[in-house]
Amino acid sequence: MIGHLLSAADLDRDDATLVLDTAAQMAAVSGREVKKLPTLRGRTVVNLFYEDSTRTRISFEAAAKRLSADVINFGAKGSSVSKGESLKDTALTLQAMGADAVVIRHPASGAPHRLAAWVAGSVVNAGDGTHEHPTQALLDAYTMRSRLGRVDGLRVAIVGDVLHSRVARSNVLLLATLGAQVTLVAPPTLLPVGVDAWPSEVAYELDPVLGKADVVMMLRVQRERMNQSFFPSAREYSRRYGLDGRRMALLPEHAIVMHPGPMNRGMEITPQVADSARSTIVEQVTNGVSVRMAVLYLLLSGGTKEAFREG
Amino acid sequence: MASGLPAHLDASRSDGADARTVLDAGALARTVDRIAHQIIEKTDGAADTVLLGIPTRGTPLARRLAARIEAFTGVAVPVGVLDVTLYRDDLRLRGARALERTDLPDSGIDGLNVVLVDDVLYSGRTVRAALDAISDLGRPRAVQLAVLVDRGHRELPIRADYVGKNIPTAASENVKVQLAETDGADAVVLTQGGTR
Repeated sequence: MIGHLLSAADLDRDDATLVLDTAAQMAAVSGREVKKLPTLRGRTVVNLFYEDSTRTRISFEAAAKRLSADVINFGAKGSSVSKGESLKDTALTLQAMGADAVVIRHPASGAPHRLAAWVAGSVVNAGDGTHEHPTQALLDAYTMRSRLGRVDGLRVAIVGDVLHSRVARSNVLLLATLGAQVTLVAPPTLLPVGVDAWPSEVAYELDPVLGKADVVMMLRVQRERMNQSFFPSAREYSRRYGLDGRRMALLPEHAIVMHPGPMNRGMEITPQVADSARSTIVEQVTNGVSVRMAVLYLLLSGGTKEAFREG
Repeated sequence: MASGLPAHLDASRSDGADARTVLDAGALARTVDRIAHQIIEKTDGAADTVLLGIPTRGTPLARRLAARIEAFTGVAVPVGVLDVTLYRDDLRLRGARALERTDLPDSGIDGLNVVLVDDVLYSGRTVRAALDAISDLGRPRAVQLAVLVDRGHRELPIRADYVGKNIPTAASENVKVQLAETDGADAVVLTQGGTR
């Protein structure tokens, strides 16, 4: 009965649509005076965060609490991990405490897959290294659908540091499943090996792509993962791949600007764009809670959907 | 299919068919009319009253009741939809399901008479979930329950204020309410070998 959400590729079109539809109903709860449902009462959700995170951890915590689950937050700092405890031993500890779900963020790609084999509960990947971040992709798809009415057939440009971005990878997989056409825009040094095999197109120039984009998703330049020089200078990157007022004017009237956060204002996006009416950045945070409520509900209430048994 | 059933239940299927129609379209319409009249009588002309249908079939039933009440009194009763899935106590047993949209009328429910509408009253667990859901949504003056069919076998201390038809059943039987809006035609059918 137990399933996991490890990769956006685990979801077929029906599963992904079910998550988005469920999230839409969960969103209605967030507008009520009593923002709480008894659905997961007595269940325990552990947030296992080996990497810094503000919005994702808080978002999962809020989602679990709104469904009445008990939440245990576990940060690598200040825990036995700093004494050298392995992921497996931590997993067995959580197992012994009876965690029904483990939400894990880890700097190593693939850590959630390993964890899924060690614990009896559901594992939700909240970002693993440069690999995947499936709930971010789901909340992005949800935001596109709620702003533009559909995902199928949308033209989505994902711009920036694709190489280090788990957000980009999960989005490409999920958006392809949902029928959107994705174009990755980045300097060649910031595209991963094997990007030709992804269900997306690649462009090296931003301006020509903007004219026919329905969605522009700006990625954060991940300085903490930059161990070599991928571009000559921040200013040059900003000029070629940053979204400023001039570029925003090239977009079609209805197009939206997205960013998974946290933003480097002035680097990949100017404050003028980030705070404009086209920007969905704050909405994405709100939608994140609804989408994560949907995922926890579908995984933890004894779900029978095939994809949620993966792993 | 009927193996293992007590003899008297087998005997009740006189024509040997698996399905028996308990209410046909005409009888169902008359039953809805009667419930509408009872609601009008008990709520003082349907004043300050809101109908909340429980999906799937409580929703069209609530709309029909509202239409009949309006035809009889001229009072347009607000109709809403109350999905109780997230309040159910059997999610762990039966698994996650797709949610329906909960849609409250603009009037809200605070201080009003709320009439819950469902097709079949059985264990009472759906109604229990609905009562919990209502208390999270507001504070009605009173909550009443209208069902098309009461088939018995209550597992909780819950009863209906308006009952279309009492149908004594065995737990092995299944009562199916079919409505034109959801099933193409109106009927209430009793079948054998129901699984719940």
